[in-house]
Amino acid sequence: MTMCPAYIRYIIIALAFLTMTAAMPVFAQELGPDGAPNPTASVESESKLLQQLPRIEGRIDIPNQREHVLQQPAGRLWDHFHEVTLHWLGAIVILGMIAALGAAYLIMGRIRISKGRSGQRVLRFNSFERFSHWLTAISFVVLGLTGLNITFGKLVLLPVIGPESFSSVAQYAKYVHNYVSGAFVIGLALIVVLWIRDNLPRKVDIDWIKQGGGFIKSKHAPSGRFNAGEKLVFWFALGAGAAVIVSGYLLIFPFYGTNIAGMQIAQVVHAVIAVLFVAVIIAHIYIGTLGMEGAFEAMATGEVDLNWAKEHHDRWLEEQLSRKRLAARSGQTTAAPAE
Amino acid sequence: MARVKFLCDADRCIECNACVTACKNEHEVPWGINRRRVVTINDGKPGERSVSMACMHCTDAPCAAVCPVSCFYTTADGVVLHSKDLCIGCGYCFYACPFGAPQYPKVGNFGSRGKMDKCTYCAGGPEADSTPAEYAKYGANRLAEGKLPICAEMCSTKSLLAGDGAIIAEIYKERVMKRGYGSGAWGWTTAYHEGIAV
Ligand code: SF4
Ligand code: SF4
Repeated sequence: MTMCPAYIRYIIIALAFLTMTAAMPVFAQELGPDGAPNPTASVESESKLLQQLPRIEGRIDIPNQREHVLQQPAGRLWDHFHEVTLHWLGAIVILGMIAALGAAYLIMGRIRISKGRSGQRVLRFNSFERFSHWLTAISFVVLGLTGLNITFGKLVLLPVIGPESFSSVAQYAKYVHNYVSGAFVIGLALIVVLWIRDNLPRKVDIDWIKQGGGFIKSKHAPSGRFNAGEKLVFWFALGAGAAVIVSGYLLIFPFYGTNIAGMQIAQVVHAVIAVLFVAVIIAHIYIGTLGMEGAFEAMATGEVDLNWAKEHHDRWLEEQLSRKRLAARSGQTTAAPAE
Repeated sequence: MARVKFLCDADRCIECNACVTACKNEHEVPWGINRRRVVTINDGKPGERSVSMACMHCTDAPCAAVCPVSCFYTTADGVVLHSKDLCIGCGYCFYACPFGAPQYPKVGNFGSRGKMDKCTYCAGGPEADSTPAEYAKYGANRLAEGKLPICAEMCSTKSLLAGDGAIIAEIYKERVMKRGYGSGAWGWTTAYHEGIAV
């Protein structure tokens, strides 16, 4: 096992996780020479059982019934996933994303508002939308850091602050991670309800992609309230968020409805999706702050510059302006509602 | 020093649970926690076997590898021990352990786990040997007194063996040769990367 090349191990791990939920098959009964079951024969030899089953299970007399699993060799595979696969995956995906963004910054620099600021402001996100975004964002950062600590803390933080301090940090991090998850669930739910309509795929998204998504200075990429890139982030956040929430609550409530294989799979799903999620959100943070002039204010004050809106969300701006004009026109005849 | 191991000869175990009781008594293990347990396979059918299982004190122990706070250590005898002062009760060692050895006291609602507790091979913990502090957290330190684990010592059928891995493997081999069958050294391939060829 220790000798075989890495890729074979991954195949074995994948197969093992697939077969882990398999049920107990019927045992072949060994018969004595007279045809009667032979009680002294080693019919239940351990090696035979292990070939047939992912786990050896039996009956147990103590109240803790989950202990009826006598042996689950998959624990070693999960160990390998957690200590080798996950470490590499996490390091490559997260550091790779940071490196890619660093390179993008060096090559393209900050995407400026090409016509400069107009000085006119348009409301992009109202205060409730901003609240929902920041609730999700802050809880995500807290969950991300406390979660990464469980996997990488012992490599990064423990050697620096020593075992005692690290242990208390990790203990608090565990509680924070468990409780802040509630805020994340609420934030994500709000975001989905608020923005799902504007994130449905439209024809304009294809044009946006064809025009280089706003990254090519000579071309204009048309877009509605959210461009295709933002829509991808939205749908990714929805899918990945749902996956980490479901798997996360399975881990918070261990063995409520899942068995040992279920717990291992929940942890694998939670960790892999979370690492990808962190990488995608790092890119999202980059575009929203350093990467693009005029973007951050949309979430900070809620208002963006007119020229920024023209360059990045022209269709949406048209809609907003025509709506405003309509309101102004009807305002001449009837009392205008306070805006 | 010798590499100590456990071996349960399932063809001798009569599921009396005396090892379980002796362990709980020796270490005053709290209610709800079982460092050792007996699992019966194929209960009531021909070929039924009972296996007494606790921590096997694995080679390359998976529990130690996955622990996010690295609170495990292996003694010169190959006994896998941990520090309850450092443990954060995350439960990862239970997912990694092939034998379901780690146990957690329930400290709150739902799944909140306290400091992990498991079989110490009657070898205590990181505190000074045979002190009240060590006893309170980890139970008796029989190894420091030159004694073997109580479960194996008082097994009436001598099904459960503890001691130098090479010697107990030899005893098991002799038994299998003499009686003509053996269901295997349960857990050895997974725990120690080796079986016992007979
Ligand atoms: S049996 Fe479980 S707890 Fe004991 S050393 Fe092996 S993995 Fe760790
Ligand atoms: S429960 Fe304790 S000993 Fe087990 S992996 Fe978590 S921190 Fe380590």
